[in-house]
Amino acid sequence: MNEALTTVREQSMTTLILRRFFKHRLAGIAVGVLAVLVLASLLAGLSPYNPTDQEPTNHFEEPNSVHWFGTDELGRDVFSRILYGGRVSLAVGLISTFLSIFLGVVVGALSGYFGGLLDATLMRITDAFLTFPTIFVLILLGAFLREQQLFILQNSIFVVIIIIAALSWMWPARLVRGLFLVLREKEFVAASRALGGSNTRLIVRHILPNCVGPILVSGTLQMASAIITESGLSYLGFGVQPPTPTWGSILSTAQSQIFRAPWLGFFPGFMIFITVMAINYIGDGLRDAFDPYVIHTEK
Amino acid sequence: MSTYALRRVLQTIPIVFIISILLFLMVRAAPGGPLTAARRNPNISKEQLEAIEERLGLNDPLMVQYGRWMGNMLRGEMGESIKFRRPVSEMIGERIPNTLILVGASFFVTLLFAVPIGILSARKPYSLFDYSMTTITFIGQAIPVYWLGLGLIVIFYVTLKNPFTGDPLFPVGGMNSRGQEGNLLDTLWHLVLPVSALSLGWIAWYSRFLRSSMLDVLHEDYVRTARAKGLGERLVYYRHALRNAILPLVTLIALDLPSLFAGALFVETIFSWPGMGRLFWDAAKGRDYPVLLGVVMITAVLIIVCNIIADLAYGWLDPQVKYE
Repeated sequence: MNEALTTVREQSMTTLILRRFFKHRLAGIAVGVLAVLVLASLLAGLSPYNPTDQEPTNHFEEPNSVHWFGTDELGRDVFSRILYGGRVSLAVGLISTFLSIFLGVVVGALSGYFGGLLDATLMRITDAFLTFPTIFVLILLGAFLREQQLFILQNSIFVVIIIIAALSWMWPARLVRGLFLVLREKEFVAASRALGGSNTRLIVRHILPNCVGPILVSGTLQMASAIITESGLSYLGFGVQPPTPTWGSILSTAQSQIFRAPWLGFFPGFMIFITVMAINYIGDGLRDAFDPYVIHTEK
Repeated sequence: MSTYALRRVLQTIPIVFIISILLFLMVRAAPGGPLTAARRNPNISKEQLEAIEERLGLNDPLMVQYGRWMGNMLRGEMGESIKFRRPVSEMIGERIPNTLILVGASFFVTLLFAVPIGILSARKPYSLFDYSMTTITFIGQAIPVYWLGLGLIVIFYVTLKNPFTGDPLFPVGGMNSRGQEGNLLDTLWHLVLPVSALSLGWIAWYSRFLRSSMLDVLHEDYVRTARAKGLGERLVYYRHALRNAILPLVTLIALDLPSLFAGALFVETIFSWPGMGRLFWDAAKGRDYPVLLGVVMITAVLIIVCNIIADLAYGWLDPQVKYE
């Protein structure tokens, strides 16, 4: 084999992307931060305090060496509550994002690939959903669904996941539709069709893999906004219901105690902020990593 | 132009139609429907209940019911609040101006800051100013509006006091101090914190967007031409580049309107601003469905109207857009 050619290392697409991703220093740090947050909430059980145990004798303790983030109006350890709350907030963010991306990809792919009447219908529906004043409908749906008799709807976490996904699939749908409109005209698609590839094969095996980058990037945006939405809903009292702690509901109790303990609202909000910030930076890194026009010089 | 505007309005009909069907199905599925109170009343017999159902037309086919409901909606009859026994349209009508004041003021402040920041960042990309703005905007985008609102209250109402009077530095709650109703200056004073809370995230987002949009445009040939024919930098930036860079912003703003109203809901709730968001929140706590549906319908219509305005503005800004 030619000498010059052997010096070029073989790389799979994944390793290439990953290498480019970690060149974005802040994105690398963000992955670390998010990993710590996820680990901390997974290991929440190691905390010596139960998030719902009340110690009325020492309520409103300021942050100290025993209760790191202090205690709330019922004497519950805020640090434990935040760890457990992180479980819910992160899980809701992740699962609702998966659902909404899945739904969005299905709608966008069908719409962009087949075009015509199907496209027109699906896009009108998408437009209608886009004009919904999201948070209002979320509150309405949340209040409404929880009053239904169905036992699964008694679980407020499940309800929140469903309604967030139901009102956020439009963005990936539009994105994927746009990508499909461009990609379906490409030569490699025509070639596969000429070889007898079925529509399913063309969509799933040929076009979709080329959409992975943009979908991942928009997935990070979705997850950040899902976490903000969940916390916001719980903050307003229409999301995950007590006693299950989430960052939003902890913030909500903090507001009612704003004169007694003004610092109480700091930690839950800060956790939301840090998580969203980390996810945004990861999105930024992914965008650069997938963008062939960003020049990365080997160092 | 006017035919385009007309067509644009006609295009929204299917959207309003879909939204209304979804909402209608929810009203119908709502527990108990409009008869909840009557069902709980032991003095009303089963026969009477059926008579009421018949009178209200609850036994008609769904299609007929939908037609009637939609007709009422179009005439602005949105029913009566379960809690306050007042027409929903009246209650909403009182609140709309307050929300528009809040949203309008925030929007004005947003553009006031975002446009200069975006332009200055694009004029000297990778400068110290640009880098500090990038950091600040990344932070601004990640701060949830409710946390920011709470933080502003803690800092400017609970902690900091006016050194002369000992009063809180900024007022929180309502639009006016007691006895100052209708005093515009007093309302502006009450707007400071809510508008700050609502605007920060949007300033961050739009200045970022305008920066990248400006940077894209600055590579275009007509910008080089403008420079080559000896125009000053000010003219190049403000006359030639900005006008094109701002186009995508118009579309973006139109798409973001639902989120702006969502932010207003949080801010109104936190600062007890008597707008539609606050009304909605109170109604949601009491499951006052007619009010809830009315607000959703009205906000949706507001958003659609703003979208149409944005489209027309786009055409006005971009001479390449032709209305046939």
